[in-house]
Amino acid sequence: MRDVAVVAFAQTVHTGHDTGLAEPELLLPVIDEVKRATGLKRFGFTVSGSCDYLAGAPFSFVSALDAVGAWPPISESHVEMDGAFALYEAWVRLQHGDIDTALVYGFGKSSMSDIREIMTLQLDPYYLAPLGLDQVSYAALQAAAVNADRAALDEIVRRSRADGRANRYALDLPDPPTGKNTGEEFEVEPLRPYDVAPVTDGAAAVVLAAGDRARELAGRPAWITGIAHRAEPHYLGMRDLSRSVSAAEAGRAAGVDKGRVDVAELHTQFSHEEPILREALGLSGDVTVNPSGGPLAANPVMATGLIRVGEAARRILDGSAGRTVAHATSGPCLQQNLVAVLEGAVLETSA
Amino acid sequence: MSEDLVATHVLEFPGGYTRTTGPVIGRFLTELRDRRLVGVRTAGGRVLVPPLEYDPDTGEPVTEEYVEVGPAGTVQAWAWVGSPRPGHPLDRPFAWALIRLDGADTALVHALDAGSPKALRPGMRVRPCWRAATTGHITDIECFLPEVTSLVAPVRAEYRVTPGRALTRFLEGVRDGRFVGGRCAECAAVYVPYRESCPACGSVIEEEVEVADTGTVTTFAINNLPDPRAPEVPFVSAYVLLDGADTPMITLIGGVPAHEVRQGMRVRAVWVPPEERTLSMTNVKWFEPTGEPDADLDSTGGAR
Repeated sequence: MRDVAVVAFAQTVHTGHDTGLAEPELLLPVIDEVKRATGLKRFGFTVSGSCDYLAGAPFSFVSALDAVGAWPPISESHVEMDGAFALYEAWVRLQHGDIDTALVYGFGKSSMSDIREIMTLQLDPYYLAPLGLDQVSYAALQAAAVNADRAALDEIVRRSRADGRANRYALDLPDPPTGKNTGEEFEVEPLRPYDVAPVTDGAAAVVLAAGDRARELAGRPAWITGIAHRAEPHYLGMRDLSRSVSAAEAGRAAGVDKGRVDVAELHTQFSHEEPILREALGLSGDVTVNPSGGPLAANPVMATGLIRVGEAARRILDGSAGRTVAHATSGPCLQQNLVAVLEGAVLETSA
Repeated sequence: MSEDLVATHVLEFPGGYTRTTGPVIGRFLTELRDRRLVGVRTAGGRVLVPPLEYDPDTGEPVTEEYVEVGPAGTVQAWAWVGSPRPGHPLDRPFAWALIRLDGADTALVHALDAGSPKALRPGMRVRPCWRAATTGHITDIECFLPEVTSLVAPVRAEYRVTPGRALTRFLEGVRDGRFVGGRCAECAAVYVPYRESCPACGSVIEEEVEVADTGTVTTFAINNLPDPRAPEVPFVSAYVLLDGADTPMITLIGGVPAHEVRQGMRVRAVWVPPEERTLSMTNVKWFEPTGEPDADLDSTGGAR
């Protein structure tokens, strides 16, 4: 295996409303920022993650290439998923050995439509989508199955929003209501409105580099020492929703348990997903989860997972952590999970 | 951002998007049209409902054995939708549920019309409610309904009642603005309302006595449920031991806030005007405080 590292990361200052920027306009500053950080103008490979249903236009990701500059022709790919899964493709592409750098980006404007119903379109068209099962409803089914402690969920939201207020890129959301007589309203029981990640517009970009090229481009590259993607059956009734077998398998394959974890950035779009993922990844209560505020403080759909990798990498790049974990998910109720381990030091044997 | 530069954009496949089902899902939907629920057996022997072409555990193709399941099933988990959305299958509050149909090894996701989240419990038994016309679509099942575990039985019978001789005598007194009791010669106890025999010793009561329309509250209750016989909620019903009587009589207390009523309180009957009186206890509107100092309950003898 070639050693591959995150050498640069940039994200927009995310907003809870449409600022009037088109997607390429949203992307341009973050692409520009990682180009300046690395000094690179061209990349061996470019890959993005986005969802055409967010804009309601087929091949809408093609116009986003305007922010990259594709002439002379570049080697480019796209996944109809979060940018974290595009990063996985870039990591695989770098293993081929013929290129040394890759640009990865993800973007989304969920303010343009009703994300709860857009997500219904990703469900299987035979058994689930025709029922009109929306995103919060299926998440609530998982929350009911895991039967998480309400006080623990409230604390997850409170902590996430407080961390988000301290993160200039995340939204400025108030503490959730407290006390027995407040917050009685359910979005879909057992989920309350604040258990759901906020509607957010935003974008993010990451530059990956291999081997010595990474050492040239960053003082302290965030080496991806493990990365794995696992999926479970799509249909909700075919699996035990109270736990995430695929996240556990991806975590094991990525080697999460091979050392201490300083920080974990988890793609938790609902508060109850944090206890499920903590258990699946074997993260004890003292592991810091989502110090950025996580998706409950900013959820630019299709960039949110990539931002988890970026935030986990940033703490290696700036020297504040030695070993971090990033998680990204796709599909209903944590159907697919990607786990990456990032480290400041890479073992000689793997070089 | 200028509001003038916001446009509505609709993405739609007019008439819907046609999809082929393949043999396995097609079999399920065909059986569904015939109001039957089937699962498919995997090589490992599990029954998948709804059927998939491949065993999600192994990736192996499923067998060609279809097994009829349900129609009843057991609720494994639910999420309550208090405010249904336009795309939802029901326009009234309902639950999304994971339902394991009898004979299946996996759960079906569908809507459950349970009326109230309080009606839901783990292990609840449910059955499909079929649409009038089925077409081979997952929504041929309109929703699931709880199994019948209780019913409401209307009961109503009419009677013609008379008060009996003793109570008639008492009501005649009430019509005239008097409380009539009966004294037992054996026990020397005065019973109000009037009665013809002593419940203690069984003697025939022959002496009629008139007692006062003042008395003492021995005990009381504050009622918070409306009653057609009471003026308002909350109201106080009390046992009042009339002066000269040895047994208390149940009455309403009025003319005083409910929380001020107390044991030992002295009260007096409030009579309706003589021209409105009938052979009825409604001649007494209620009892109200006299303003006298409270009586010592022990000296009244309390309620017998």
